[in-house]
Amino acid sequence: MKKTSTAAILALSAACVFSTGAKAQEAYFPIVAKGFSHQFWQAVKAGADKAAKANGVKITFEGPETEAQIDKQTDILNAAIAKKPQGLGFAALDSKAQVPALKKAATAGIPIVAFDSGVDSDLPLTTCSTDNKTAAAAAADKMAEAIGGKGEIAAEIHDQTSATGIGRRDGFLNRIKEKYPDIKVVEVQYANDALKAADDIKAMLQAHPNIKGIFASNEGAAIGLAVALKESGKKIVGIGFDSGKTQKDAIKSGALLGSITQNPVGIGECVVNSLAKAVKGEKLPKIIDTGYYWYDKNNMNDPKIAAVLYD
Amino acid sequence: MTDLTLDQAGKTKSALVSTSTLQKGVAFVVLIALLVFFSVFTENFAAWNNVVNIMQATAVNGVLGVAVTFVIISGGIDLAVGTMMTLTAVMAGIILTNLGMPLPLGILGAMASGAVMGAISGTAVAKLKIPPFIATLGMMQIARGLALVFSGTRPIYFNDTPNYGLISPESSLALLIPGLEIPNGVMIMFIVAIIASIILNRTLFGRYIFALGSNEEAARLSGVNVDFWKILTYALSGLICGIAGLIISSRLNSAQPALGLGYELDAIAAVVIGGTSLSGGRGTILGTIIGAFIMSVLTNGLRIMGVQEEWKIVVTGVIIIVAVFVDIMLRRRA
Repeated sequence: MKKTSTAAILALSAACVFSTGAKAQEAYFPIVAKGFSHQFWQAVKAGADKAAKANGVKITFEGPETEAQIDKQTDILNAAIAKKPQGLGFAALDSKAQVPALKKAATAGIPIVAFDSGVDSDLPLTTCSTDNKTAAAAAADKMAEAIGGKGEIAAEIHDQTSATGIGRRDGFLNRIKEKYPDIKVVEVQYANDALKAADDIKAMLQAHPNIKGIFASNEGAAIGLAVALKESGKKIVGIGFDSGKTQKDAIKSGALLGSITQNPVGIGECVVNSLAKAVKGEKLPKIIDTGYYWYDKNNMNDPKIAAVLYD
Repeated sequence: MTDLTLDQAGKTKSALVSTSTLQKGVAFVVLIALLVFFSVFTENFAAWNNVVNIMQATAVNGVLGVAVTFVIISGGIDLAVGTMMTLTAVMAGIILTNLGMPLPLGILGAMASGAVMGAISGTAVAKLKIPPFIATLGMMQIARGLALVFSGTRPIYFNDTPNYGLISPESSLALLIPGLEIPNGVMIMFIVAIIASIILNRTLFGRYIFALGSNEEAARLSGVNVDFWKILTYALSGLICGIAGLIISSRLNSAQPALGLGYELDAIAAVVIGGTSLSGGRGTILGTIIGAFIMSVLTNGLRIMGVQEEWKIVVTGVIIIVAVFVDIMLRRRA
């Protein structure tokens, strides 16, 4: 009894996929992000909206309130799949835990495009993301250059479980370890909340008065870094990641040396364009690197950079 | 203390005095022990600028702790303090940055919006008879949602209000006494604590808050307008959250709409470490401030010792349980 009903549902959903596939003009793609309140996600959304208009598709953009709410994101994901869309964009908060939910989408024949952090599975047709390791390694190179290749440094990472947190941490630390034997990383701490990051970093500076530079791995951590350097009056090399007004102002004033930015607008465009291609049956590469940029006082106003920075 | 009879009244009163000194005493001893421990076992902990760091890291949690102390003594709980703080910061941002109004109006707006949110929680508890845990859980979500809606999910910056930094990171005290660079946010925390202590111990309002917490029915029967004072208690909590909202947004020079969730638990932890009973009727503001200091000394000290983040969280949890356990044991014996 149960088997026949599931079979019926499968057949029905397959029928749905085929019937809607015919009128791809009105295709609907829910985009499930890792958040929506951080400026980064708003920039991804802007790119996705732009591409949706260009491709003549309808999208929705949703995410949990904080990046710790893996369970909430899974609920949002399940609700999105239940709407039987023609394609699904998904940025996993946990690259492994949410694979079962994605399997449901795959069995229902919904093409999946992952973005931002990858998913540990073959289910997504492609992943639109910044290679966080490469990007953070570039931050390490800039740090090494700015402190003259030797001395103590530290890192404030936004979290220890997400793929972006792990990727940026490892990318930064590995590059230092491999290329700069005279640089010692004395501390790696974790905070995504700007206030907690600021207090964290002040304690770090207290514990290691000789720190020459600190790397902060996202917007929240970088705000904390800017606040901590301002309050403690320490003149050290600060390098951030992503953007936001506080970080941009700190770079303009010279409090921070510069930051790495992903290309959030490009990520959003890539997700929707890839889904549109998938619906048309086009082949996609396994990974699409949407790239990163280093920005500092000198190139912030370059139109290409300014377009991907947000307040 | 519940089977208080007339002839025992004198004796009970003296016991009350000694237990309340005792509970502050326990937290205070824990704080001193932590300070000594970190000073001995780490190199850079005991330095004036680190004392300032610790005080500054205490300010927001200390003020939120004071806010929630009132509600807890009255026999309730306020889970909305963290997100109400966020909402009041956003209100200050809207008034100052979006509407370009002068600083005093921003300060007033933040505190008033907090008081209104608090009064709504209080009304839900007093008039609609919704359990405080549920009513304030609801308000927590309402405030969080509204903070995101009103700000358009974007941080609001205070770059157009150059004096905004006066609220927290800058130090007016250093202008009077050079070298004594205690940030204004810390001074505000101490002032809030002193005023709160006076309200709690020297006014009719304070006495009613204790009465509500120890025996609400008795208070009602003796003619106290229970509903009114309850609503006022939550409104006061909200107003103080507004002060915390000003301190945090001044320090970050921005109202961050996504921040604030989880701050209520830190505040409640400071309150219970400080010896205030979660079942109401007993507690002190000084205890809460000491509790908030214990938490930030712990965070700062463990960080300086280089203890891994993950273990730091575990240790904080252990300290909360141990502090409250010792408090309970000592009170049982007393």
